[in-house]
Amino acid sequence: MVMHHFLARTDFHALLDMLVVEGYACIGPQVRQGSIVFDRLHDVSQLPTGWQDTQQPGHYRLHQTGSPYWFDWANGAAAIKPHTFAPQENLWKVVRDESGRLHFKTILPKPQKIAILGVRACDLAALALQDQHFLHGEYPDPYYQQRRDNLLLIGVNCTHAAATCFCVSTGDGPAIRSGYDLLLSEIDDGFVLEIGSARGEHLAKQLPLHAASATQQATAQQRMQAATQQSRTLPEKPPLYDLLQHPHWEDVGARCIACGNCTSVCPTCFCHQEVEHPALDGNSSTHQRLWNSCFDPSHSHIHGGAVRRTPKDYYRQWLTHKLAGWHEQFGRSGCTGCGRCISWCPVGIDLTAEVGSLTA
Amino acid sequence: MNNAYLPHEAEIVARIQEAPDIFTLRLQFTDPELQANYSFAPGQFNMLYLHGVGEVPISIVSDPENANLYDHTIRVVGRVTQAMAALQQGDYIGVRGSYGRGWPMAEAEGRDVVLITGGLGCAPVVSVINYVLQRRERFGRLVIMQGVKHSNDLIWREQYAAWSKLPDTQILLAANETTPHWAFDSGFVTDLLDKANFEADNASAMLCGPEIMMQVASQRLLEKHVAADDIWLSMERNMHCAVGHCGHCQFGGQFICKDGPVFPLPAISHLLGVKGF
Ligand SMILES: Cc1cc2nc3c(=O)[nH]c(=O)nc-3n(C[C@H](O)[C@H](O)[C@H](O)COP(=O)(O)OP(=O)(O)OC[C@H]3O[C@@H](n4cnc5c(N)ncnc54)[C@H](O)[C@@H]3O)c2cc1C
Ligand code: SF4
Ligand code: SF4
Ligand code: FES
Repeated sequence: MVMHHFLARTDFHALLDMLVVEGYACIGPQVRQGSIVFDRLHDVSQLPTGWQDTQQPGHYRLHQTGSPYWFDWANGAAAIKPHTFAPQENLWKVVRDESGRLHFKTILPKPQKIAILGVRACDLAALALQDQHFLHGEYPDPYYQQRRDNLLLIGVNCTHAAATCFCVSTGDGPAIRSGYDLLLSEIDDGFVLEIGSARGEHLAKQLPLHAASATQQATAQQRMQAATQQSRTLPEKPPLYDLLQHPHWEDVGARCIACGNCTSVCPTCFCHQEVEHPALDGNSSTHQRLWNSCFDPSHSHIHGGAVRRTPKDYYRQWLTHKLAGWHEQFGRSGCTGCGRCISWCPVGIDLTAEVGSLTA
Repeated sequence: MNNAYLPHEAEIVARIQEAPDIFTLRLQFTDPELQANYSFAPGQFNMLYLHGVGEVPISIVSDPENANLYDHTIRVVGRVTQAMAALQQGDYIGVRGSYGRGWPMAEAEGRDVVLITGGLGCAPVVSVINYVLQRRERFGRLVIMQGVKHSNDLIWREQYAAWSKLPDTQILLAANETTPHWAFDSGFVTDLLDKANFEADNASAMLCGPEIMMQVASQRLLEKHVAADDIWLSMERNMHCAVGHCGHCQFGGQFICKDGPVFPLPAISHLLGVKGF
């Protein structure tokens, strides 16, 4: 039986204070340049009070509702991914001594305890996938591991789904079911709180909690119910490998401008490239990795030129990998229904609609 | 935790110039413990790192039973391989591996082995030739088929000549364009299958080269009643991590670096020959 606690809105600052005392840098949602971003959060006053988004294909806007809620929005462009799979990081360094010998040395990220506040169901599902990719294979990734081990996750159940969201269809939301240390559901005067781990328990013990009443729990359930009203859907396993020669790829290829936004906002995309930064003295060199995208013309470069050369090729690679290849690689689709690739595509390409046209 | 991204220092024990733009590096890890625990299989590859320049995937062509030294035959094509060509015996480079799944040598025992390659010499298949010749009694007939665009492109002429003198070994070479002195066939390598001597129901075919060539060759082999499961293809894509993380080498649901580079035909036949995929 899960225990439901209640944390009053007026006591919420205690949670932030506690994180500081426990040595966490707190990352949380805030409004910046017209978007919800996740960045260093020092004070409750930075939270996006009363802000809500409208999202459509190629469209994202924030507006004020005047409500007291802090978490009544759907995700902006990024949330967790940059904190585990860094957009840019050094992997190792090599020094060449006078006799030409090479000395290789791993550069691990400095352990930094980070608490992320306001994580959504679609992003926790995406994190579980990234864990599977980077940690649970034959070659666990020490860089990702270092960041992941130092992550504390405070989830918030969604109460408002954007028009671009379809997590109900992928089965990943809006309710958070696992992967959190603490879980919050926002109601008028505070939060229904559930504990998901020993670390969460340790924090909760120090908070001014009350037992959540039946009414409070019912209200939380009701508010979450609102986020289940979603119009977009995605078939569980579209047979895209049978449709590689479908003429519709040309159609979407003609609209796509190959900017790669869809891949950089996607919480499950993991492609990266390795680059070399030799020092000017010629004796040492740093090896780095950077996010990369299958929309980058060099992504498929082999001697003699790239294998994939047109936006049609890029888009087909992206969609077939995300929705079909992933099933072979990870036993499930690579899409958690967050809708980001729809909102942040400058020309409003909507993967659910493209799949509809391909499978019609 | 072991860091699969980190190269290890290896010494160039020998360097052999095979052709104007092809050279072989014989390598050994400088850390004796690492070297002692090192192993590989034919068709697997290493990532070779040149100081300050970068890393490239290169097949291991020497015999797996003597892993104390390992050979890489490299063709100069671009940024990294060009710079690697300047390396000399006694120089040091970075190596990590061995990676991937190689040729099905255990399954091929007791059977005829048919090798079909295209392009300028196919390093991944050289490892198979060496492997079979070292253990001749364990295999049936060996058919080596190689196609080149122009007869001048053929490298290892002496090797082909030497191999063709061995018992139960058939060499079939074809060039699309030929010079007067060319003693072999003209045309496509896939057209030579009619001349190949092997038992279709007891042969393992191993293919390497341009995808279109492998696709046509697979089709011809199937027509000759070689089972699809007995046809193996070595695939190539851009590679950065070699451990299934970076995404560059994806081919449908497969990562060529870890699920390949060698695949049985049925695993990838639905993806072969799709332009731009
Ligand atoms: C499994 C495997 C085994 C290989 N075995 C051999 C071998 O035994 N001998 C040999 O001469 N070549 C081999 N190659 C091809 C060799 O890796 C490329 O020719 C080499 O990477 C080109 O690097 P470059 O920097 O000189 O060329 P550039 O064209 O300047 O390439 C720049 C980068 O692109 C990537 N890249 C380019 N071409 C390829 C390619 N064909 N495959 C993968 N990544 C590529 C690499 O990251 C490379 O560093 C193999 C490739 C693969 C995938
Ligand atoms: S594919 Fe689009 S909707 Fe699905 S997880 Fe990625 S960004 Fe979100
Ligand atoms: S689908 Fe849209 S977001 Fe993705 S690369 Fe094309 S134009 Fe950019
Ligand atoms: S080379 Fe990085 S995934 Fe295969």
